[in-house]
Amino acid sequence: MAEPGAFRARLLAFAIRYGFLLLLVGLVLYFSLAAPGFANPRSAVFVLQSVAITGILALGVTTTLVVGGFDLSIGAVATSSLMLAAYSMVVLEQPAYVAVALCLLMGALVGLINGLLIVKCRIPDLLATLGMMFLLIGLQRIPTQGNSIATGMTLADGETAQGSFSAAFLWLGRHRFDLVIERLVPVPVVIFLLIALAIWLFLGFTRHGRLMYAIGSNARATALVGAPVARYKIAAYMISGVTAAIGGVLLAARLGRGDIASGNNLLLDSVAAALIGFAVLGAARPNAFGTAMGALFVGILLQGMTMLNAPYYTQDFVKGAVLVIALMFTFYLSSRRGPSMRH
Amino acid sequence: MLALHGLYKAFGANQVLRGVDLTIDAGEVVVLMGANGAGKSTLVKVLSGYHVADDGVMTLAGNAYHPVDARDAIRQGIVTVHQAIDDGVIPDLSVADNLLLDRFASRDHGLWVSARTLRREARQVAEAMGMTLDLDARVAELSVADRQLIGIARALAHSPRLLILDEPTSSLSAAEAERLFNLLDRLREQGVAILYISHRMTDIRRLADRIVCLRDGRVSGMFDQKPLDLPGAVQAMLGQTLEATAIQPVAPGPAVLELHDIVLAPGSKPVSFAVGDGEVVALTGLLGSGMEALVAMLFGQRPLSQGSLRLDGRDYAPNTVSEALARGVFLAAKDRSVNGVVADFDIADNMTLPFLKAFSTGGLLRRSRQRQAATQMIERLGIVCQSPQDAIGTLSGGNQQKVMIGRWLQAPCRLLILDEPFQGVDIGARHDIGRQIRATAKGRATLVCVSEIDEAIEIADRIIVLHEGCIAGEQYNQDIDLGVLAAQAAGHG
Repeated sequence: MAEPGAFRARLLAFAIRYGFLLLLVGLVLYFSLAAPGFANPRSAVFVLQSVAITGILALGVTTTLVVGGFDLSIGAVATSSLMLAAYSMVVLEQPAYVAVALCLLMGALVGLINGLLIVKCRIPDLLATLGMMFLLIGLQRIPTQGNSIATGMTLADGETAQGSFSAAFLWLGRHRFDLVIERLVPVPVVIFLLIALAIWLFLGFTRHGRLMYAIGSNARATALVGAPVARYKIAAYMISGVTAAIGGVLLAARLGRGDIASGNNLLLDSVAAALIGFAVLGAARPNAFGTAMGALFVGILLQGMTMLNAPYYTQDFVKGAVLVIALMFTFYLSSRRGPSMRH
Repeated sequence: MLALHGLYKAFGANQVLRGVDLTIDAGEVVVLMGANGAGKSTLVKVLSGYHVADDGVMTLAGNAYHPVDARDAIRQGIVTVHQAIDDGVIPDLSVADNLLLDRFASRDHGLWVSARTLRREARQVAEAMGMTLDLDARVAELSVADRQLIGIARALAHSPRLLILDEPTSSLSAAEAERLFNLLDRLREQGVAILYISHRMTDIRRLADRIVCLRDGRVSGMFDQKPLDLPGAVQAMLGQTLEATAIQPVAPGPAVLELHDIVLAPGSKPVSFAVGDGEVVALTGLLGSGMEALVAMLFGQRPLSQGSLRLDGRDYAPNTVSEALARGVFLAAKDRSVNGVVADFDIADNMTLPFLKAFSTGGLLRRSRQRQAATQMIERLGIVCQSPQDAIGTLSGGNQQKVMIGRWLQAPCRLLILDEPFQGVDIGARHDIGRQIRATAKGRATLVCVSEIDEAIEIADRIIVLHEGCIAGEQYNQDIDLGVLAAQAAGHG
């Protein structure tokens, strides 16, 4: 009687823990066999490059998910950052480091305002950051009357913009480091991996990270052990704002122009990556490793399908399907595991 | 009325009920006692249609009883008031809506809700219960006790044949509990069978016609001879006798905490007392006695309106929790699921939460040191678990409470405040906690707030009774007359 029951329980536990990673490995194997040219370093780097920016944004949103919040404004922060970088270089004719500094400052400031709206004004997270999203989408259009920014564009006073994207700035988006093969690893991929490592260490292995998870699970209890709950929440939104700004800078550096329509998909893609991350290793909660894996999963799937000549317009459908399956992994399977452990 | 025979229920490999036999007659109050994990909750859930038994026979008034779901159980006349109050009420709806909530869920109810009929029917329900609440008030604005009463009133509106109450008095004041008891007396006369689950000796003495003890999923004792043999019941429930807990009051060291003219309730007389080094003082009182206000003041969550506090002879006026902690004042808060337990964490993380700084080097947490500290505390308090990495949700209520107490025994402190440390804890775990508190009491002052006088006597050197913000009585814990203390707490002292 007990034997098959115990076996099924173990199988279920295994599926919850490793199911998603096995799926990822299976996917890679399948594409390697089915699509010639999938299994080589250039293709791997291409996947990484395609997920680097959404991955960076997703790591930020993961931090807000950890404290029990949600940042809907990341996509808008990223495009605002892109426009700000372009504006400061092309119109204000500032050097690259000023443009980057301004963007990071803007991201931190937006995060601070988000945090204060949520902590001090007690506006629910989703609503506060939704409001901020609208605000930024509108704001980034005002200085350029709704136009994209490029060298030689006509300004409001009739003059022509003289500035241009500096080489140092473009380096951020376009340079490739040598790794075994010449010019292999692009800068955004390196930055993505560094941020992933930093957030993984911060959330998983520091006492600050542990307190942030505690806040997400029971904020009242955490306040009663003396943790500054409001400050941690604000910090989470500031991290999210800064990572989104970094994403915007990298996007601007890759495109080489302030394109008002770019970054449309950033919010949904990065939220999806963070939510898919719940399913990795059976964590059932936001975590940096899972988020990075989630972003990678989507990237590999899309790259493999493209190489198998699947049409581009099926991409969103595939992403949606992956997200729903990952959520089933997380919530349905762990709810089945739940009751048998309690009395 | 109800007869159970050979009831079995397992969750996976975990056999919870192992052949329960039980009968409850019409017009009888049966008190069900059992330690945490004995299978009480599972039994209740089988009876109320949440779980289906694996094996066994149930009959209700002579007919086979096999509820398909919770609604079916209610329709057949078995109505349950669950322990978790907030599972029972919808905070954003009015009192009237809440009282009639399950009628909306019934298919017999039409599409439209008429405000007039609603109020009329709600008033009937409220009057039957002797409730004087504003029917239009939002439940979120009510006290815990009022919410509890709404849950009970709604159960009674179904005119049940068997009423199951799971620790219904855990958040009621004595007056409110007495109102509930009177109501249960009336129901008993009308021939309703009542299954009453409680650890509270006062409830059991007042109500029980019969005591049934559950242990390891079986009935381990049945007591129906008057007067009821309460010590025998406790023994049957735990499977062992408890050593006598007569306390030798300790002579207190120099005063650690001093209260000077503190006003606990607006307009009440100022309160002054001191707690010495090594001393365990129990504060006891009913709802509204001012205990809550005092705890909030001591832990920096409420400003002093008047008077002053001194800690170790120095002024003490904390404005925040971290200021209180910095002076060495620790609080194990009441209502652990709201104020204490971090449900997503394992035992080690829950236990070390306030002291993470001490468990990290250079900002990085040292898991092995957290686990080591947790393992020691698990041994000291006798927490039943596989390892410190067990999720806190897998523990029974009593063991979760031990984790919460253990959290604040990790580091030395000047004043340890335990607010309702025995809430929802069975008698065995209660003794473990009490013994550990007394064993570690040296080197700090300990203040224990309990609403049950029995619990105060088990743990304290000295007992202070509060009534409406004033000290109504104070006594060293020797040769205590329970009746006198109870009268003082009720304001007749």
